[in-house]
This record gives sequence, C-alpha cells and structure tokens, in this order.
Amino acid sequence: MREKIKIEFKNTGFWYGSKQILFGVNLKIYPKKITALIGPSGCGKSTLIRCVNRMNDLIPIAKIDGRIIYNNEDIYGKNADIIELRKKIGMVFQKPNPFPMSIFDNVAYGLRIQNMKDKNIIKQIVRSSLEKADLWTEVKDCLNCSAFGLSGGQQQRLCIARALANDPDVILMDEPCSSLDPIATAKIEVLLKKIKREKTIIIVTHNMQQAKRISDYSCYLLNGKIIEYSKTEKMFINPRNKLTKDYLDGMFG
Amino acid sequence: MVSEHSKQKIYFVFFQSTMILSVAILLFVLIFIFYGGAGVVNLNFLVNMWSHREITQGGIFPAIFGTFLLAVGVSVVSIPLGICTAIYLNEYAKENLLTRTIKLAIRNLAGVPSIVYGIFGLAFFALFLKLGGSLIAASLTLGCMTLPWIITASEESLKAVPNSFREGSYALGATKWQTIKTNVLPHSFSGIMTGAILGLSRAMGETAPIIMVGATFFIAHLPSSPFDKFMAMPYHLYILATQHSSPYAREYALGTALVLVALIFMLNLGVFALRYNLRKKKAW
Repeated sequence: MREKIKIEFKNTGFWYGSKQILFGVNLKIYPKKITALIGPSGCGKSTLIRCVNRMNDLIPIAKIDGRIIYNNEDIYGKNADIIELRKKIGMVFQKPNPFPMSIFDNVAYGLRIQNMKDKNIIKQIVRSSLEKADLWTEVKDCLNCSAFGLSGGQQQRLCIARALANDPDVILMDEPCSSLDPIATAKIEVLLKKIKREKTIIIVTHNMQQAKRISDYSCYLLNGKIIEYSKTEKMFINPRNKLTKDYLDGMFG
Repeated sequence: MVSEHSKQKIYFVFFQSTMILSVAILLFVLIFIFYGGAGVVNLNFLVNMWSHREITQGGIFPAIFGTFLLAVGVSVVSIPLGICTAIYLNEYAKENLLTRTIKLAIRNLAGVPSIVYGIFGLAFFALFLKLGGSLIAASLTLGCMTLPWIITASEESLKAVPNSFREGSYALGATKWQTIKTNVLPHSFSGIMTGAILGLSRAMGETAPIIMVGATFFIAHLPSSPFDKFMAMPYHLYILATQHSSPYAREYALGTALVLVALIFMLNLGVFALRYNLRKKKAW
C-alpha cells in the first residue's frame, strides 16, 4: 500500500541571486501530521516552507528549481494559480502580524477578499475560527477592538484563526512561538495538536523541545541539505546521523 | 582634560540652545507679521473686493478666492496623479536600473526652483497649449511643481508600511491590488495626506511661477472660468510691499501675509486633526 503524501519536494533547489540556499531537497510531508523543520539559523528552514506557498515569489532575485508536488500538481507548474494555492496553504509568521484593523475584520479578511458577501456566514466562520484558535472566549466581547490591543500570544492565535478562516488544507508555521513567553507557547502547542486532526502542519522551530513535544515527523536541515528525516520519536531517541545527534545533544547550533 | 560628564553637559546645552535659537527665529517672523499686519485684518479686509484707488476702502477677498481656486486646481492636478505614481513605483515596479533612475529623477525634480516651473508653464501651458495667463495654466504649472513632492512623500509613507502586512495578506490569498487597497493604503493614508497637504500649502505660497502664468495684481471681478486671470495672495502682497504708492501699502502687505499664513496654518491643523482621528480609530 502506498502511503498518502500531502506535499512532496522533488530535488528542490533554491537561490537568492547567486547564493544557493537549498540543495536538492527531497521531502515527503504526510497529511494530518505535524512535521517539524529543525536546524541552526540560516540553514534554509524558513526558505523551505516559504517555497510551499510561493512567498519567495515576492523576492525578485529568488530562483527555484526541482518540483514541489501538492495534490498531484507541481505548485510551480505553468498552470499553477498562486492565489488558489495560498488559500489552500495558509501561513503563520514568526512575528505576529495582525492587520491594522479590528479583531473581527482580521479574521474575516480572507473571506472578504474572496468576495464573500453574506454577513451571517462571515460571522459564523469568524466565530468558529476564533473558537478553533482557542481565542473566542477571550475576545468575544470586543470583536470590534483593534487587534493591536491583544497580547503577543493572543495576536499569534488571532493570526492562526485568520489562517483557519480560509479553511486551508495545510498550515505553514515559521517559528510561530519565537516571540512568545512559555505560557503563550504552551497554548499554541495545545492548539496545534488540536488543529492537526483536520490539517497538515509544517512548523519551523528553533526549540528542540517543542519539536519533540508536538511533531510527528522531524526533519533536520543543515546548510540547505536534509541531514535526517524520520519520525520524531525515532530521531530524538536514536538519530541515525552523527550530525543530527550532535545538534540534538546541543554540540552546536 | 574635559570629563565625559562635562562633555555630556556641554553638548546638551549646545543642542538645546540651537533649538531655542531656531524657535526664536521662527517666532520672531510670526510676531513681526502679526504686529505689522493684524491692524488691518478685519471682516471688511477679508470679504470685500479690492479697491484700487483707495486701498483702505477694500479688502483682499479676490486674492483669497484666487489662492483658494489655485489650491483646488493644484489638488485636482497633482494629488491623485502623484499618489497613484507613488503606488506604482513602490508597489508594482520591479527594482531595477530604470526604476531607480526614475526615482532619482523625481527626487531631483523636487529640488528644481519654482521659477523654472514658471517658465515651463509659460512656454508650454500658456503659449504652446494657448491657455494664456489663466487659472488653469497656473494650476497646471503649480501642479507640475508639486507633483514630485507628492510622489516622494507618498513613496516614503508607502515604504514605511511594514512588509509583514503585505506578506500576511498575500499568504491569505489576496491579490496585489487587494493587499494595497485593504492593508497598504489604510496604513499609509495619513502620511500620504500629510505630504500632499504640505506640498499644497507650499504651492499656495508660491509667487514666482504664477506671475508668469496669469496672476494679476488687480482685476475688478472674480474669475468666472478656468481661463480667466486671477488674483492671488502671494503676488498681491509682493506688489503691495514693493511697488505700491499708498502709505498703507506696507501694512496691507503684512495683513495679506498674515491671512496667508493663517490659511496655511489652518490647512495643516486640518491634517493634524485628520491624522489624530485616524490614529485614534486604529488605536495605533
């Protein structure tokens, strides 16, 4: 029986101008699992996930080759629709980036840009998204308040709710907890485990313990190459590669 | 050997005195205009037609009206065009040699003396396009002059929009235009407006270019079409101050200057209020 695969990187290479960031990455992302990308700063983790929703397209000097297959189609193929892709593959950034508008409008943003007009449906989705992001009880009395009044952890959960409102298939997370305190981080981790029942999550993290706690698969990247990729428990207990072991043991990084 | 502590003190006092000096100079200018001109400013001065023979009999209403019409004309010409150009340059244009050259050229144009725009306006709008000396020729001339200022100011405020907003919006599947409309513009709106109004208020005070394209010291009637000549405050006060024979001319010139300064001040106050309200609404 063939394993189900959500996203597959096939020999993906990536350049910023003449500087190569990723070297022949082959990686299979499994559905409804959390895959953690770990590795030292500058190893290409963020670049790798930013290839998946084509955020790197915004950088004029970026160049990519190889293929990334999602739903049996190359997301860099000729007929690929970037807008559709980004609706299906949501993203949460390192620093919470709520828009300068109310909490409600932040979550409704994705719906409104898709020209959804029905106010009742929008209200329902905003509510259910905030509930899924464990934020509803905290903000339900002040949906029209500015999103900037929220704490960092709340802002990040708002960004998660905003991504969930699009009902994405995959959620990419680029060090979502790096600017949060341990309590806010714990809340997000609980949330991610809940979300993975329905969605595929790829998370970049600097925090080994976080990768160990929440991820099903872990991928260790070093200098733009995949050193090891396996089930998280396997990697953390018994890494195959010495480089992985050194990193996990805190020898460097 | 001066100790770091004394140095710190010396520099503090130094910078503080420069600040006090600057403020004093500016205050002196204001007080000078106010003392010289306040005596003639009354309702009569503000709402009456200009009386050419006996200047104390009339007011400067036509000049105020002319300057107001110019401001409207300039706004229509350069504010929308300038803002849209800035949006293109900052949001759409690829960063390459051509874009950089264009940006540099615009910045240089912002520094070209206004008299140069005046001679261009005279040659192109007044003579070549046969608009003559008229409100529309003057509006277009001042519009050209303010265009680079408005583009530059708008570009700066667009640049100040954090990229994380754009990324967040794109990541939700927004198109470029949706991102600009719902995130970039609301965020930069107050900065763009400030730049536009500052440009506008500088244009309102310009004398040199409008002399060449239709400003007149005295006409007996208000302009009734864009192709009419007009009176304007800066030129009016220039003639009063330098060429008028009435013994009251100096006082009237300062009175006109006072009204001009007050108008520009109110315009800026308006922007300030607008910005304050926007900021309060967003709780920034």
